[in-house]
Amino acid sequence: MMNSQGQAQGAAPGVNAHDHHGARSYLVGLLYAVPLTLGSFWAATSPLVYAPAVPVLLATLAIAQMGVHVAFFLHISSAPDQTNNLLALAFGVFVTGLIVFGSMMIMTHLNHNMMSMDELMKIQR
Amino acid sequence: MSVAGEALPIEPEVPLSLRGPAPLRVVAGFGFWLFLLSDIILFAALFATYSVLSGSTAGGPSGAELFDKRHVFIETMCLLTSSVTCGFGSLAVQRADARAMFVWMGATFILGVTFLTLEGREFASMVAAGAGPSHSAFLSAFFTLVGTHGLHVSLGLVWLVIMLLQVMTLGFQPMVGRRFFAFGLFWHALDIVWIGVFTIVYLGAK
Amino acid sequence: MLGRLSWSAIPFDQPIVMWTSATVAVVLATVFALITMKGGWPYLWREWITSVDHKRIGVMYMILGLVMLVRGFSDAIMMRTQLALAAGNAPGYLPPEHYDQIFSAHGTIMIFFVAMPFVVGLMNFAVPLQLGVRDVAFPKLNSVSFWLTASGVLLVNLSLFVGEFARTGWLAYPPLSELAYSPGVGVDYYLWSLQLSGMGTLLAGINLTTTILKMRAPGMGYSRMPIFCWTALASNLLIVAAFPVLTATFAMLLLDRYCGFHFFTNDLGGNPMMYVNLIWIWGHPEVYILILPAFGVFSEVVATFSGKPLFGRRSMVLATMVICMLSFMVWLHHFFTMGAGADVNGFFGIMTMIIAVPTGVKVFNWLFTLYGGRIQYTVPLYWTVGFIVTFVIGGMTGVLMAIPPADFVLHNSLFLIAHFHNVAIGGVVFGAMAGYTYWFPKAFGFKLNERLGKAVFWCWFIGFYLAFMPLYALGLMGATRRMQHYSNTHWQPLMLVALAGAIVILLGIGLTALQLIVSIRQRHQHRDQTGDPWNGRTLEWSMPSPPPAWNFTEVATVRETDAYWHSKQSGSASSPSSKAIVDMHLPRNSPVGIFLAFFAVILGFALIWRIDWLAGIGLIGAIVVVLREAWKTDLEVRVPAEEVMAFERVHGTRLAAGREGLTPGARS
Repeated sequence: MMNSQGQAQGAAPGVNAHDHHGARSYLVGLLYAVPLTLGSFWAATSPLVYAPAVPVLLATLAIAQMGVHVAFFLHISSAPDQTNNLLALAFGVFVTGLIVFGSMMIMTHLNHNMMSMDELMKIQR
Repeated sequence: MSVAGEALPIEPEVPLSLRGPAPLRVVAGFGFWLFLLSDIILFAALFATYSVLSGSTAGGPSGAELFDKRHVFIETMCLLTSSVTCGFGSLAVQRADARAMFVWMGATFILGVTFLTLEGREFASMVAAGAGPSHSAFLSAFFTLVGTHGLHVSLGLVWLVIMLLQVMTLGFQPMVGRRFFAFGLFWHALDIVWIGVFTIVYLGAK
Repeated sequence: MLGRLSWSAIPFDQPIVMWTSATVAVVLATVFALITMKGGWPYLWREWITSVDHKRIGVMYMILGLVMLVRGFSDAIMMRTQLALAAGNAPGYLPPEHYDQIFSAHGTIMIFFVAMPFVVGLMNFAVPLQLGVRDVAFPKLNSVSFWLTASGVLLVNLSLFVGEFARTGWLAYPPLSELAYSPGVGVDYYLWSLQLSGMGTLLAGINLTTTILKMRAPGMGYSRMPIFCWTALASNLLIVAAFPVLTATFAMLLLDRYCGFHFFTNDLGGNPMMYVNLIWIWGHPEVYILILPAFGVFSEVVATFSGKPLFGRRSMVLATMVICMLSFMVWLHHFFTMGAGADVNGFFGIMTMIIAVPTGVKVFNWLFTLYGGRIQYTVPLYWTVGFIVTFVIGGMTGVLMAIPPADFVLHNSLFLIAHFHNVAIGGVVFGAMAGYTYWFPKAFGFKLNERLGKAVFWCWFIGFYLAFMPLYALGLMGATRRMQHYSNTHWQPLMLVALAGAIVILLGIGLTALQLIVSIRQRHQHRDQTGDPWNGRTLEWSMPSPPPAWNFTEVATVRETDAYWHSKQSGSASSPSSKAIVDMHLPRNSPVGIFLAFFAVILGFALIWRIDWLAGIGLIGAIVVVLREAWKTDLEVRVPAEEVMAFERVHGTRLAAGREGLTPGARS
């Protein structure tokens, strides 16, 4: 199974093809991540943000932070040797979204339509 | 038997998908990446459950009453910094620089232990206050989601110690390098999950 | 000291169980004694138990599946008999507590321990050969996966003799499966054996996905990959994405049962509907995990035995990947009646109807492949034609139930039972049998007896229709599932017909065993000399039967789809290799799989019976096994070039001689 033809089938995630930039990548990631994290905590506690907008802002900041991690720490990009890694990540995100938002939507409807277990147990006796 | 004889020429124009089996490092890295994605989907199920049950406090305390955001901020900074130190440690492993590796991975370890200690204290105080996981669906979901993340962090730290022992006993051979690689992916992924945890559980608590 | 375990765990008062236990014990003892007398343990240990070879592991998976088919099917016969008897005031012979365990065990075993192992075994065996590589990406992990599945099997079978099984159905819905309503060990046996085997399956999914995406012969781009590998890819992607949800959901139920949590309980805010939601997020992809490889088998079989390339290859691949994605978007159709309301039900109903479309595309592609081809009516083709007819019927009843108002009438009726057996038997079982017959010569070097094979097919085909068509009618008449007796005596004739069908299938299973025995005895007459008994199209047929441990000597370079077929046409298949033969480096055998499984069984059993110290031993043992393995550096074994050359001399001449008689398109 040894391949003597050099880098075939793409790079592993986390491999930075330009390793001499490696240390820089982590520092830049930290530089982006810290203000984004501070932003999240500020958004949740500050009275300056319009209350109904807080969840949206938090979600945006969270996605941005995750993006920073994926790009700068895991080195997953749109480079041709990262295609498999990116597609796998996309599939994972797709399934995660379905599970979380699908469940929330379904359970909200169910909870709205159906009697809660507490009430059900009360009428059992 | 030969199917049309010669090997393909080694030209840069040959697409990656046609070059035959990938080197072991790529194969192992991708396999571990798939495992991490499966782990993230496991967390997705726990996140979904938490979101659905977060209001079911059964008359007991809710998240907003229990959580201390400053505490969580310190935990978050510990984990974020540990991701960066882990990155530097990974670079040291790639350079086969044992001393730098011990420094950076040691820092990662210390930051991880700090995180766990803070989280453990939070859990203990909640249980002592009568808000343990068996008291409501919300609390069950909280302890399971955050606790599973903490369990992953603990296992990661154990793994880190084992990896350092492996370097000390087996040296910087390719097998050890691949495993450190996988550890790095794992550690970064845990920080990604934590972003979800602190945003949805702590900052999103009502 | 022994937790909840005591002598009362053994069901001395249930004669059926005691006699079964005694029989199993005698059979096992006999088998072990025979092996010991023939000095077979060193061979078994070296060649099979510690093997990391995908071909061996694939075969072991399939043997596991076939053996568990006997247990799952005996549950089926017991249920059919009970229902044939228990009409009106007649009680039948199985009390409800017993009957409930039987239908729960039947479903659990058939899905998790028959269908999954068989399908995973087929993929394990065939995918690396079709891709032209020497093994899967992680051979040792492959062994671990198999042995974890086996440990789940062992635990489930132990539940028959020591303790009890769950009475909750194969998905163990709460609140019935919670401690309050199932205080015994049955649900714990169910949960722990499935957690163990689920871990094995997840690792196998990672293994095969990595193999297909990162390890193919040079020149084999995605468009040149065999169609079975495409369906295997889709199936394994689904495994990686869906099984974690099963693990998480079972973990939450375990936390409820063991630690007093309240995820799905009746009190303190628990929501049992969330369990149903989560379990079906896994459950629907699971059925596609099973059916997609079967579709792949049929695609290969149809192309091979029509002598034509698969019609509409690109649309086949597209349909496969679309099914893969859509399978995650239909799960609510399993609980339309739970009360989510018309909006949600409507969305999922429409998505369920949409997912039938790519399957329809596949059916037309198979038909168009057959059309105009030179058909060879071999046993695999019988299974394929039987599948096309049967699966289409089952699919149509599925689309019928995809309409929520219709489902409100038919949910949990015998109509539903008939539907899913229709697609599971017509799809998965028929596909498994086709794949078994198709690749058997590659695995063992001789073909299965053709006449008996056709007899097996007819028994399954006729038996299926006899057994399940009455159930469609009964469901429409109002008969429900999981029903131990019924008062409407008008249903009894149909139940008797169903029993007759089950007996015909039993005959088919018996004939399968007979076919194997007869084929082994006749193996020299049906020897596969050329490695290509079917005049196949894909790379596995270019290798000897059975292939050597290293699969092939010279690395194939692939230039088009159906590479082997084209090389036969151009005559380059029989030309001798010009390359020098080198040493082969193979992964060394490893006992890590069976050792881990050993401790996993101990851990599982101890957790079920709440024996804390034993659980500690299991956990520590498992950790020690893993750590020991982590420090091993001598991981490869070298097969010297001389041995490879000797093998090539013997088999290469046979292959070339066999092929010289072949003209393109000729039958072997």
